[in-house]
Formats: sequence, C-alpha cells, structure tokens
Amino acid sequence: MASLSVKIKDLTLKNPVMTASGTFGYGLEFADLMPLDGIGGIIVKGTTLRAREGNDYPRMAETASGMLNCVGLQNKGVDYFCTDIYPQIKDIDTNIIVNVSGSSPEDYAECAARIDSLECIPAIELNISCPNVKDGGMAFGVSCSGAASVVKAVRERYHKTLIVKLSPNVTDIAEIARAVEAEGADSVSLINTLMGMAIDIERRRPLLSIGTGGLSGPAVKPVALRMVWQVARAVKIPVVGLGGISTAKDAIEFLMAGATAIEIGTANFLDPTVSIKVRDGINDWLDAHGCQSVYDIIGAIR
Amino acid sequence: MKKYLLDLKVTSVQQVHQRYVLIKLTDEKLLPPMLPGQFVEVRVEGSPSTFLRRPISINFVDVAANELWLLVAAVGEGTRRLACLRAGDKVNVLFPLGHGFSLPQSVTERLLLVGGGVGVAPLLYLGAEMQRLGVEPTFLLGARTKADLLMLDYFKRYGRVFITTEDGSEGEKGFVTNHSLLKQEQFTRIATCGPTPMMKAVAAYARQVGCDCEVSLENLMACGLGACLCCVEKTTEGNVCVCKDGPVFNIQKLLWQV
Repeated sequence: MASLSVKIKDLTLKNPVMTASGTFGYGLEFADLMPLDGIGGIIVKGTTLRAREGNDYPRMAETASGMLNCVGLQNKGVDYFCTDIYPQIKDIDTNIIVNVSGSSPEDYAECAARIDSLECIPAIELNISCPNVKDGGMAFGVSCSGAASVVKAVRERYHKTLIVKLSPNVTDIAEIARAVEAEGADSVSLINTLMGMAIDIERRRPLLSIGTGGLSGPAVKPVALRMVWQVARAVKIPVVGLGGISTAKDAIEFLMAGATAIEIGTANFLDPTVSIKVRDGINDWLDAHGCQSVYDIIGAIR
Repeated sequence: MKKYLLDLKVTSVQQVHQRYVLIKLTDEKLLPPMLPGQFVEVRVEGSPSTFLRRPISINFVDVAANELWLLVAAVGEGTRRLACLRAGDKVNVLFPLGHGFSLPQSVTERLLLVGGGVGVAPLLYLGAEMQRLGVEPTFLLGARTKADLLMLDYFKRYGRVFITTEDGSEGEKGFVTNHSLLKQEQFTRIATCGPTPMMKAVAAYARQVGCDCEVSLENLMACGLGACLCCVEKTTEGNVCVCKDGPVFNIQKLLWQV
C-alpha cells in the first residue's frame, strides 16, 4: 500500500482526491452514499460576503460528454455558512475548504477574514474565475492585475492555506498563475469551467437564462490537463488539477502533468461515489507499478 | 430519508403505449422505503449525448413483489435507451430522492388526484397509499385521446376514475379543469402532476375554491441531491432546489402567476 498523503503548504491531505466546489454541496448531501472522511478534502460551494439568489432558471444544459451551468453563485452568505453550516460539517474527518467569491477585493478579503476565524477550516479556495456573474468573479481572473489585486487584499487578512482557482478563459493561464504566486498564493487550482453556449433551435433562444454558461465534464479534460501541465512548469507552488476527471486514470494523468492533488466535479453527478473509486484506483495503480508514494508520479511525465 | 445507490435488476419492460414503457425493477434485498411523489435518478449507459442521469418519478412500489415501477416516456435519446432495457438487465439507480406528496391526515379528507399525460405516473402510488391509509382517492386523468390514457386499469383499483380527452374519444371532452366533477363535488385537497399549463390551471381552480393543492414540478436537474443548484424554482423562500425541497410543492409556496 503506497502512501497517498500529499501536502499543499501547511495543509496535509490524506490522499490527493478532493471534491470540487459547486458539485458536492456541503458534503452532507452525499453522506448517505459514501464515507466523507475517505477523501482528502471537500471544497464546499461558493460563498460570498452577502447572500446571492443566483441566476434565473434554466441554469443547466446537457452537452456531449459534459454540461453547461450558469448557477451564478447562489448562496446564503458567509455569516449563514458560519452559523448554520459550519457546526454541521466541522467534525468531518477531512479537510473542509471553503470556496470564496466576491465582487470587489474588499468583499473577498472580508469574506475570507470571517472564514479565517473558523478553527476547522484549514484553507480557502479563492474563486476569481466564476464565468456566470456580472460583478466580479471571472472579471478578476482574466487579467494579471485583477487577479493580483484580489489575492493581495485577501492575503493581508487570511493567514491559512490560500488556494486560488484560475479561469481557463484567458490567453495565457501560466501568466495569471505567476501573478497570484507573486502575491502570496500558497497554491493554484485549475481549471474552472470554460465559457460556452447552447441554443434551442426551435425557439431560436439560448438554452441558459443568461445566454452563456460554464462547460464542465469529460469534454474539457484535455484542455484542463494541458493547462495544468503549463502552470505546473511555470510556478513553484503546488498545483491542484481539475476539469473532467471521472476515473483514476484521468486523475493519474493530472498528477503526472504536475498536479499535487486533484478535484472531482461534474462526475459526482453521474456517480456520487466516484471520488472513493478514484482514490482506490490511484492506490491500486501505484501498488501495481511498485510506487511507494503518490509523489513518485507527481510531475513524472518524461 | 436515507438515499441509496443500487444496481437494480429489470424484471420486465412493458410497452404500455407507443411512446411509454413501464419498467419494473427489483433487488435481491428488500427495497428501501419510498414515498409517493419521490423520484429516482437512473444512469443511462453508453451514450455521450446522455451524459447526466435521468430523473424519473416513482410510479408504484409493489411491496409484495419487492418491485419499483417506473413509467418512462421515451422522449429523448436517454429515455429511448431506457425503453430498450430488457428483463435481466441491471440499471444503476440513485433513490429515493426529494420530498413527496402529503398523505391524508384523517379519513374524512376528500382527495382529488389530477394527472395529465405521463404526469399520471406518481399519482398511482399516491392513490394506492391513500387507499391503504383508509381514504379512497378520486382520480381525474386527462389525455389527448383515448389511446393516450395510461394505466387506467391500475388506477381503477384504488379509487374512482374520471377522464377527459381533448378529442372526446373517452370521458368528457376538453381539459381536466373543464370536467363537470369539479362543479359537482368539493375536495379538501388536490395533488396534481402533468404539463405545466395543466398544473397552473389546476392550481388556479384550487385557489378559487380555497382548496389545498400540491403540484409536482419537473425542472431540468443534474445531481438530484441539492448540490448543484441547477433545478431551482422561485418560491416565497427564494430559489430552492426542485430535487431536494420538491419536486412536490404546495402552491402557496410557489410564485406562479395563476
């Protein structure tokens, strides 16, 4: 049995498998179906300083080997999270990481500061890459200066492990990664969804309420893998890879491309137990190939 | 209620209409408890265009045979694949999901179950449970033509059945809300499932006569567990997930303009 444990700055994951924000609720929704403490981390849904209603229905369209969504960060705000959700999840024996979003650097920083005070939340994932909100979100993540401004503001007020989630909707993702690294990010996670669209040809209207949405699922995996590979070569901080991962083989590809850990997103909708299967599959592969540790394969493409 | 992810075995697939099949599923173990109005999410294998699970309402639970029945309308690629299942096949089912219909609180209640098209599906199990609890329900079922009426013989086992067809080939001609029954009798509660315009018309009738009314929505959904927030409906409490807080809602809670 190989060692599956990995580290992201001060954060120790018992294995490199986490669930991606927005696809796994607060974990509790899946508690009947799989052991929540069996994975390395749960990244809970996007949280903002104030409550958000999100976008109008319809928010989802199925596509070839994937789906589009334009949920738009619906959540009840950080104070609701702290008082109502946190007590229910704080004792789950895994890393509970909060995905933080906002519409100004000050909003992000204030939201992060409130989460900093929660003892059992060891890290946040800063979402500067949501394609479905007009104010903020991806607007910050598509320029080096925008990304840097948010990370700088948050870094001043957040003292635990800071992961920054990057948008793929940019010309050069490595450049953005370097910009957030320079402002003190402890890690980057990528990719958020790719902006896309689908049209109802009979009604001659977009299928999604705001016209566009974020594409996820196996359809985006090759793009995500390429970007993880580019970013891992460009920065020194650990990279968390995600985008279309649904099998252990997919996950191992991301690890070999340079990711220290991976997140599983849309695949949770098809199989709520998939993260456990991916964990076991990574372990089996390492054993079958005589590897002592998952670190033997991280960044190990020849 | 505890949710399960099980590979269920198909015991039979019965063509009940040109476009509809009745799929019966079982398991070696006793099936978990399920409530009328709840639904399942079925994995459809082998097609990149049907990427997500398909949400399907629970049509009936045959406790004696340990069977779960699904009435499936073959409307798209995914449901057409389900319609091609054969006895002995395994299907991966996530269930039971969501929040079902209210059950009668007293034997003096007068219950009307109004269904249209494939929306009649969950009303069979609901009616059967009501009868088991000592209240015989009244079914009001609508379809385009006589040939489009689904599972009539089954409904007749659990209560009185009234029918409307749009062409008048069976029962009264017109829509369910035109049926003379609604002028002749009074009910304490209505449960309805079917096309949205029909449910809105039923909701308008219920408001008009001051009758409690629950509707079952079928918004497009992905996870079925309340995690992805795709299937939301606007309610008096803001956007809520149809998969978790519904699919059954009291009309008082919905912001429908009826």
